[in-house]
Formats: sequence, structure tokens, C-alpha cells
Amino acid sequence: MSKPGYSALMHLAIVLLLASLYFILPEYHSGNLARILVLVVYAIGYNLLFGYTGLLSLGHALFFASGMYGLGLAMHLFGISVIPAFIIGLLFAFLVSTVIGVLALRTSGVAFMIVTLMFAQAGYLTILLAGKYTRGDEGFVIKQAERSIGAIDLSMPQNRFYAALTLFTVCFFIAARLVHSRFGKTLVAIRENPERARMLGYDIQRHKLWAVIISGTFAGASGAAYAVLFGYAGATFATVQYSIYPLLWVLLGGAGTTVGPLIGTVFMTYLIDISSEYTSAYMLIAGVALILLTLFAPHGLAGIVRKKLLPWLP
Amino acid sequence: MEFGPYLFIATLEGAITAAILALTAVGLSIVFGIMRVVNVAHGEFFMLGAVLAWWISSLVGGHPAIGFALAVMAAPMLVGVFAIACDKLVLRRINYDPERTIVATIGLLYVIQQTTLMTFGPEARPVEAPFNKRIALPWFEFGENGLALTWPWGLSTTSYKLAVIGAAVIILLILWFVMSKTKLGLVMRATQLDRDMAQAHGIPVNKVYALVFGLGAGLAALGAVLVVPVQQAHYLMGGDPLLLSFIVVIIGGLGSVAGTIVAAVIIGLSDGIISVFFTPTLAKIIATLLVAFILVFRPQGLFGKAEQ
Repeated sequence: MSKPGYSALMHLAIVLLLASLYFILPEYHSGNLARILVLVVYAIGYNLLFGYTGLLSLGHALFFASGMYGLGLAMHLFGISVIPAFIIGLLFAFLVSTVIGVLALRTSGVAFMIVTLMFAQAGYLTILLAGKYTRGDEGFVIKQAERSIGAIDLSMPQNRFYAALTLFTVCFFIAARLVHSRFGKTLVAIRENPERARMLGYDIQRHKLWAVIISGTFAGASGAAYAVLFGYAGATFATVQYSIYPLLWVLLGGAGTTVGPLIGTVFMTYLIDISSEYTSAYMLIAGVALILLTLFAPHGLAGIVRKKLLPWLP
Repeated sequence: MEFGPYLFIATLEGAITAAILALTAVGLSIVFGIMRVVNVAHGEFFMLGAVLAWWISSLVGGHPAIGFALAVMAAPMLVGVFAIACDKLVLRRINYDPERTIVATIGLLYVIQQTTLMTFGPEARPVEAPFNKRIALPWFEFGENGLALTWPWGLSTTSYKLAVIGAAVIILLILWFVMSKTKLGLVMRATQLDRDMAQAHGIPVNKVYALVFGLGAGLAALGAVLVVPVQQAHYLMGGDPLLLSFIVVIIGGLGSVAGTIVAAVIIGLSDGIISVFFTPTLAKIIATLLVAFILVFRPQGLFGKAEQ
């Protein structure tokens, strides 16, 4: 079978496996899995920018929070129903990532990291400042009665799981298609050698901007879905910690691979969940993981697998 | 209190912020200037200094000045040695690659912060000042007899707060002397200008890097020891100094020690004064956006050296 054939088969198998897990796993874990799948979408978006384009953002929580508050405030303040509110969340994340992209892409390297960090910090502080509407750190709850599409109540565990899986599947396949397209290959070319890509006639600034926008909109989709599926929006999701998480997940799973975000998010979320049962200092795990990964495994788990076992891994 | 004396107090409080900020930011600035790396864990070295100061002074009995004097000497040393160990174990191994260094120091940040949470605990703990005499300050007023000095109620500071400002000035002068007049300073500046050429002339670049990283961390810790009698030690206290140091270093021009000090004074003073007029949150939003826009629109002037 050809390489694209293997790859498509693997993606399909992963989705089917995840769909069947709901019946196999006990309820606690299937609830957890719904949360993880939503966050994987965030990681997939981050990976498009970091793994494929080579741009390290430290401010993705801003895009996640844009989606979350775009949907959350639309539902909470104006009583808009789920689907239009989700679209508002997406549009808001799209808008914010366009503005940030245009500004931040004037810089590169370390300056890009600091600029994105500063913009995200300003965004977080703005959420606190607008505490009258956002209720700041405390956040607000989206009422259960409003969290349904037609007759489907999204707060029910089973519906919630399949809604999360649907979003994940759509984003997973879009990302897989994208990285095999001309556009995706150009992004990799920019990552590997921006000067050569420019010389070959590619408009690298425009490609980078689209990478930021697509990545930011994925993050926004994840944030909006998180708010509607778990009925809560809070400023915690806009903190630096939530910008570090996707970096950690992607680094662990394997930057620049389509399955990396999934592997990394599942591993890390469970690691942190388990350790938070024993200690309040659970972020220690994240810190140790970041140091060890930069030192010993910059290509992550999927990177190791690709190198040693499956060279066709997308 | 009337507006004039109120502003005076705000300026004085701002001067203390500026003094501590100058020490912390200069630490970040020399690390960036000489090693070309951004140390995200810098705020945690600050926090470690404060926590160690509490630990040392709680071990020593007797007059608070004894414990404090020990803390001023020992805490920055310990933090410096710890930073040198981090340099050897982590940063050198990734060859000071700018982006990987940021990721690794983010990891370091969490490791230091969370380990402190596990050992020191989540409480804020005070350190007693070695001396703390209240000093009433005069204010002038135009009365019936022309200009007259008055002592408005509430307009006061403490001897310790004034000593902090003095100590910071002395430390920065010593640093300036070391950097510009001694052999060690010469070696550091040579490494900053051209790492490879310095190596070719027999300068042990790795040792210089370790020393600079230790010195930078030690300066942050020293700032923290000085401030901890005014502000309590807490495991999350590293966040604000990190952010403010970043702002100062970027506004002052990266790697320029003089620029960093000037920016620290401006930001420290205006932080005190701005918070009289605006809410602290709004002041922080303005400051972070300012930094972002400086980096976006003047990258070559302020950050250009980073992109070699």
C-alpha cells in the first residue's frame, strides 16, 4: 500500500478506536477522554504553527480564550443558542489571531515568543479588567438548559463524548489533509529554510500569517467547545499556563506529526491528573517533562517511533 | 492627606520598587547581553532568594539583624551556585540554542516553583527587618508666614526602606566597577562581543557563561533578600519581578546595563505613581502592550542583537 494509503488507514483506525473506547472505559475515564479530545484540538492547532511552520508561540491561550469567551459571552449575556454562538467564538478567534498574527509576525525567533506572551498576558488582564461581564478569575457557568443543539443535550456524558469526538475527527482530518497539501509542504519548507523558500518565490510572510490564523482558529474552536461541553468559562484558561500546555503536549507527543498532539495530550493530561491526586505541586511533572524533552527527546514520542519503526508516519 | 504629600509617598514607594527592579533586571540583562539567552526562570531565582532569606533568618536566633546579615550574604551565594548547576546540567547541553533555552527555562521555572510549594508551603512568610525606625517626613506649605515646613499625619517612611535604596545604588556601582574596570569585566565584555573570537584568545567561554548565569541569578536573589522585610516571601512571588524585568530590559535596550537601570528607575517610579491614578490591572495592561509594541515596531533597535 502507498504511503498516503497507510496514513489514511491509520487516521481512520484511530478515530474508530476512540469511538469504541466510550463503551469499554468506565465512566470516569470516558468523561476524562471527552475533555482530552477537546484539548487535543487545541494541540493540533498549536502543532500546525509550532511543529510544521516552526513558529513557537507562548501566547496561544489568548486564542483558546477568544473562542471560549466568544461563545461563552454570546450565550451568557445575549442568550444566543449553541451553533450560532460557536460560530461567533470561531469568528472571534479568527479575528484575534489575524490581528496578533499581523503584528507578531513582524518579529521572529525569541522576539516572536515574547511578543505573543505579552499579548496573551494583556488579553488575560483584560478579562480580569472586564470582571463585570466575565466575572474574572471566578468565571461564569453556562446554564445546562442552554447547552443543547435541538433535542441533543450536550451536558449528557454520552452526547458530550460524541460531540467532542466529532470535533476532534473533523480537525484531525483537516490537519492531516492540510499538511499533505501544497500549503502544508510550503510551511515545512519555511520551517526548514526560510531563505530558500523565499528564493523559490514563496511569499513566506503570507504563509506564516495563514498558519497563525488557522492555528489560532483551531485553538478557538477548542476553547468554544470546552465552554459549551463543560458549561464553564474562566480567566484561568487565559493564563500563561494554558499557553505552555499545548507546547508541552506537542513536544511530548512529537512536533510535526499528525498523531503527536493526540499522544502527547493523552499522556500529559493523565500524568498531571494522577499526580494531582497526591500533591498540589502537580506542575512539577510539567516542568521536569519540559526539561527532559528539550535535553533528550526534542522530537517527542511520535518522532522516536517515526525514526525507529515507521518512517511513513505522517 | 492632600494630593502633594500623597504623590510624594507614592514616589518614595516607587523608588523602592525601582531599586529592587534595577537589581533584578540588571541580572536578566547581563545574562541576555553576554549569553544571548532569555532566562524565563529569572523570577524564580528571585523567589528562591526571598525564601532562603526566610529560612536562614528563622534558623538563627537572637537579634533579627544577625539573621538578616547572614541571609544577605548566604542567600544570593546559594542561588548563584544553584544557577551555575542549572547552566551546567541543562543550558550548556542544549548549546544555548535560543528557543530551546526558553522551553528549558520554562521547565526550570515550574520545577523551582513547585518544589518550593512542596517544601516551603503555600503560606506567605515575613522576615523581620534588621532595623525599622519610623521616620516622619516634612512637607512644605505656603502659610501666613510664607514657606513653612509641616509634618502631615501619615507622611512617613522607615529607615529600612531608605537603606534599601542606598544598598541598591551601592551594589549597582560595584557591578559597574567590576564590569568596566577589572580583568573579569573585560573577559565578560569580550565574550559578549564575539564568543568565538574570545574562545580563540583563550578565554574559557564556558566558565564565563556559568559565572554570568550565576551572577545574574545572584543579583535577583539579592534584590529579593532586600525586599523581603517589606514584602513577604511566597512561592508565587516570582511572577511580577519576571514580567517587570522583561519590560525594563526590553525598554532599556537588551544587553545594555546602563539602559536597563534608567528604564528600571522610570518604570519603578511610574509604577508607583500610575497606580495612584489607574487600577493596577490597567497599569499592567498598558505596560505589557507597550513592550509588545516596542518589540513589534522597533525590533532592530531593541532586539536586533538577538538575531545574529
